[in-house]
Amino acid sequence: MTTKRLKESPSQTAGPYVHIGCTPNFAGITGVYASDPGATMLTDSTEGERITVTGTVYDGEDAPLTDALIEIWQADAAGHFSTTNTGFTGWGRCPADQDTGAWRFETIRPGATGGGAAHITFWIVARGINVGLHTRMYFPDEPKLPSDPWLSLVEDTRRDTLITKQVADGHFQFNIHLQGPNETVFFDA
Amino acid sequence: MADPLYPRDRNWNPAAHFPEYKSSILRSPQKPLVKAPPSPSEDHGPVFGHDMLGPLDNDLIRNFAAPGEMAIGPRMIVHGRVWDENARPVPGALIEVWQANAGGRYRHAKEGYLAPLDPNFSGCGRMITDDDGTYRFTTVQPGPYPWPNGPNSWRPAHIHFSVFGHSFAQRLITQMYFEGDPLIPLCPIVRAISDSAAIAQLTARLDMDATAPMDALAYRFDIILRGRGSTPFGNRMEGN
Repeated sequence: MTTKRLKESPSQTAGPYVHIGCTPNFAGITGVYASDPGATMLTDSTEGERITVTGTVYDGEDAPLTDALIEIWQADAAGHFSTTNTGFTGWGRCPADQDTGAWRFETIRPGATGGGAAHITFWIVARGINVGLHTRMYFPDEPKLPSDPWLSLVEDTRRDTLITKQVADGHFQFNIHLQGPNETVFFDA
Repeated sequence: MADPLYPRDRNWNPAAHFPEYKSSILRSPQKPLVKAPPSPSEDHGPVFGHDMLGPLDNDLIRNFAAPGEMAIGPRMIVHGRVWDENARPVPGALIEVWQANAGGRYRHAKEGYLAPLDPNFSGCGRMITDDDGTYRFTTVQPGPYPWPNGPNSWRPAHIHFSVFGHSFAQRLITQMYFEGDPLIPLCPIVRAISDSAAIAQLTARLDMDATAPMDALAYRFDIILRGRGSTPFGNRMEGN
C-alpha cells in the first residue's frame, strides 16, 4: 500500500515557562485545572511495590536545571502497559524545583517488559533543549540487565549513567547529566 | 507489537546544539543519540479521557476571567487537525497550549517583562482531539516578547503546544507562529530549524472561512505526529 507521507511537525524548545501550560497549579495559576496532570500516579488500590524516584538534571557546567519538566512512563508491577492496575496510568510529570532543580516521583516498581530489564522511560524538556530528550532508568539489582536489548547497544563505559542508585529502602536516585564526562545516554527511539 | 514508528528526522528537527540560541550551548548532549529498537515502552503511551477536561479548558478568553470579564486582545480561534505521517487523523490526542498575553507578558513568577499582566488571562488551555483528529480553542493573539539572548532579541508571537499521541515516542512539544510575522526569520529558536519548509510547517495560516464574524479571526494549524511503517529496525541504514 502506498501512503502519502507527511513530515513530523518539528520540535521547538518548551521554553522557561512550560509550567504555565503543563503544570499551571505549580506555576501559581490556580482555578483553571483542578490539579496538574501527572502530579499523582498512585491511588490506595494501586498494586505493586511503592518506590520513590528523585533526582536532578545538570547542564554542562554541572548547574542544576531549575526550569526543566520531567515526564516518566512505565509499565505496572506486572509489566503491563494498561489500565487494569487500578488507578495507575503509568505516566507522571514533575517540574524541577525552581530553586534547587530537584524533582520527585512516587510510583511503583515496574515489571519487566518485552524480554528486557525493568525500566522507567524519562522524557526531559526545558529552555535550551530543542528536542525532548529520551532516556531510561534501570534498577541496579535487575538480573536481566546484561541481556537487555537497549543496554547492549550502549558502550560499557556509559551504561552506568542509566542505572539508578538505591539511596534508601525503596528510594532511588537518578541524576541526569546533559553534557560532560558523566553525560547520560540519550536514545533515538 | 504494532509496526515501528518511522525514525525521527533529526535534520528536519532543530539542531540540539545551536549556539545562536545561547541556552542550547550547555543543555545539548555532546555524544550522539543511541539509536534503539522498538520496544513495548515506546509502543504504548498514556491515555487521557475527556473527563479530565473542564468546560472552559479550551477557552483562554474566559478560563481565568472574573465573572462577566474577558481577556484583552485580538480575539482568535485556533483550530486544525492532528495527523500522523501516513496522513491518518489522530483522535484522542491531548493537546496542551500556553502563551503570553496580548502584550507579550507571561503569567509566571520568573518573568518580569514590564508589559503588564492581564488580570483575566491565564495563558493556559487544553483539549483532546475528536474522532477525526480535529481540535479548536479560542484565545487572544499573543504579543511578541523580548528575551535575554542577544542584545536585542525578540520572540515572534507564538503559542506553545504539547501533544500526546498514542505512543510515548510520538511525544512532541513545539511552537506555533503566525503567517506573515517578520520576526520569524530573525528568531534564534526558529533558526535552529535549518529547513524553511519545516519552519513553514510551524506557521499557522489565517483562515477566513473559520472566523466568527464580528467576533474572532481564525488561524489554522495542523500538527503531524510520527507514523508507523513496516521497516524492521535491523534493515535500516545507519543514520537513517
